[in-house]
Amino acid sequence: MSLKLNFTAPKRYNTISLALMAFGVLSIIGLYISTHGGAADAKQEALNDARFWASLLQNSVYFLLVVNASMFFICATTLAWGGWQMAFRRVPEAISAVVPVIGVICVAILLAICFGSNHTIYHWTDTHHVAEDPVLDFKKGFLNKGFFAVTTVLTVVLWSVLGWKMRKLSQSLDNSPLPDLESKRKYLWKNTVWAALYIVVFSLTVMSSIPWLWLMSIDAHWYSTMYSWYTFASSFVAGMALIALFVVYLKNAGYLEFTNFEHLHDIGKFMFAFSIFWTYLWFSQFMLIWYANIPEETVYFKPRAEGLYSGIFWLMFIINFLAPLLILMTRDSKRRYSTMTFMALLILFGHWLDFYQMVFPAVSPNEVPMILYDFGVALGFVGVIMFVTGKALSKAPLLATNHPLTKESVIHHA
Amino acid sequence: MSVKKFVVGNFDDEAVLFPAVKKVRRAGYRIHDVFTPFPIHGLDKEMGLRDTSLHTAGFIFGITGTTTAVSFITWALTTDWPINFGGKPFFSLPAWIPITFELTVLFAAVGMVLTFCWLCQLAPFVKKDHFNPRSTDDTFVMALECTDKTNDEELIAFLNSVGAKDVSVQYRETGWWLGRYDQDTVKYGKKVEAAS
Repeated sequence: MSLKLNFTAPKRYNTISLALMAFGVLSIIGLYISTHGGAADAKQEALNDARFWASLLQNSVYFLLVVNASMFFICATTLAWGGWQMAFRRVPEAISAVVPVIGVICVAILLAICFGSNHTIYHWTDTHHVAEDPVLDFKKGFLNKGFFAVTTVLTVVLWSVLGWKMRKLSQSLDNSPLPDLESKRKYLWKNTVWAALYIVVFSLTVMSSIPWLWLMSIDAHWYSTMYSWYTFASSFVAGMALIALFVVYLKNAGYLEFTNFEHLHDIGKFMFAFSIFWTYLWFSQFMLIWYANIPEETVYFKPRAEGLYSGIFWLMFIINFLAPLLILMTRDSKRRYSTMTFMALLILFGHWLDFYQMVFPAVSPNEVPMILYDFGVALGFVGVIMFVTGKALSKAPLLATNHPLTKESVIHHA
Repeated sequence: MSVKKFVVGNFDDEAVLFPAVKKVRRAGYRIHDVFTPFPIHGLDKEMGLRDTSLHTAGFIFGITGTTTAVSFITWALTTDWPINFGGKPFFSLPAWIPITFELTVLFAAVGMVLTFCWLCQLAPFVKKDHFNPRSTDDTFVMALECTDKTNDEELIAFLNSVGAKDVSVQYRETGWWLGRYDQDTVKYGKKVEAAS
């Protein structure tokens, strides 16, 4: 039997992804119409407008961080000299090819919010307001339009360029096998250097400054040093779930012959472990604030844990902690396509809710504005991910045949 | 515990041992155990051993730890000796989560170590036969238990044919005992019949 190395997206796959994208665009239009007009006064009008932009912000940032987590996974395993993921490494590579696409959308949305006339979401963009507010005035060096714009653009460009470089390095071997041990060593070392660069950029952005700027600054008075770690945990576990979904899809379509249950098991372990890690950070952030009980800190959790949004809060606790803990704990469930697919979808949805909780309680304090259009916007981004990943998957062979560590992955045991 | 008769085959290569285990099982002989100098992936499946129940035990220990912690702290801080900590309610679960987590881990870890020792019959001074001292060095040892119906000659010939370097018939204690190897000649291999 010959190997099916070259993926071609079936017609149905492309139709579905294009339909999802069209559905997303329609949802954005629908959301715009439903939030504009009919407001009683100017204040309500600003709130409604912010609610529209908040939905775009939540979805674009969430899906950007999720696809970006794929490149983090590749670089982290490269630095650790892990070989086990080589059998399916082209899948996270293809997913990370979505970063520039969603990155452009996300930057456009973020800059539109930042430089727009409505200051409801980022109220530190309102200069008059900042002048009267000593807390925001103190943070002016970090929270200002110029710094926000430059950092945002630079970050997305760096993610895209370094990710592109890692993909190029991997694909450079496809038609030119490495002749001897010395050149293999050199190749791995080159990989290590670029992966290390990516990790440094990643830790300075996703693990610290970017969630502060993009999400935490919505509650500009409040701060938590744990916030970025917790956002990273959220995006990474969802990113692993996305990889699992694509791996299962490709396995069912007859590709990825050398990826077996051992590899799926290890992806499942990542999903399990980082669900627990997410819970640890989520709870630590909550407990310290709950225990200290200082008003300027508890203001963040008041609407989320006790107020209007407490339903989503507890739903998240069930979806993101109890379900992975109990369902993914056993060995067999991590080796079965059905449970892995179900849990991957559940985790992706659960962490989408997590980002919803980060954005909306500050933007819409008087009601939980979740309507079907929000899910429509999310599906639009899913369509983008499917379409671009499908295109990227078909561009290169599905197995990095000449990579020095591929053999290690093929004979991998859990 | 009783002394039983075993036919013991010694192999010097893991690549020979694997197919040998398969052939011996297919021929219908009962493998008492296989002793190897290092862990071999997949050998347990080849021998037909069932999956370990250690995880289940671990889960139960963990749950026990969780319940112990929650119920004890609840009793202590709400009924037995309520203390007002910074105006928090007596029953304030979030503050107890770290302790609950620690006790869960402690119970699961200690319980699993003890269960592991129990399952493997490991304890100070406990001795077990392992048929050939070189199984801790460079020899793979397969011990087959004999019944009344076992034909020794046939089995020895069979083991030789699947690649054993050296086959012997031994009478050995099946269980464990307390004592020392060098003083316990009764249990530790007095009747050894060398075979070709």
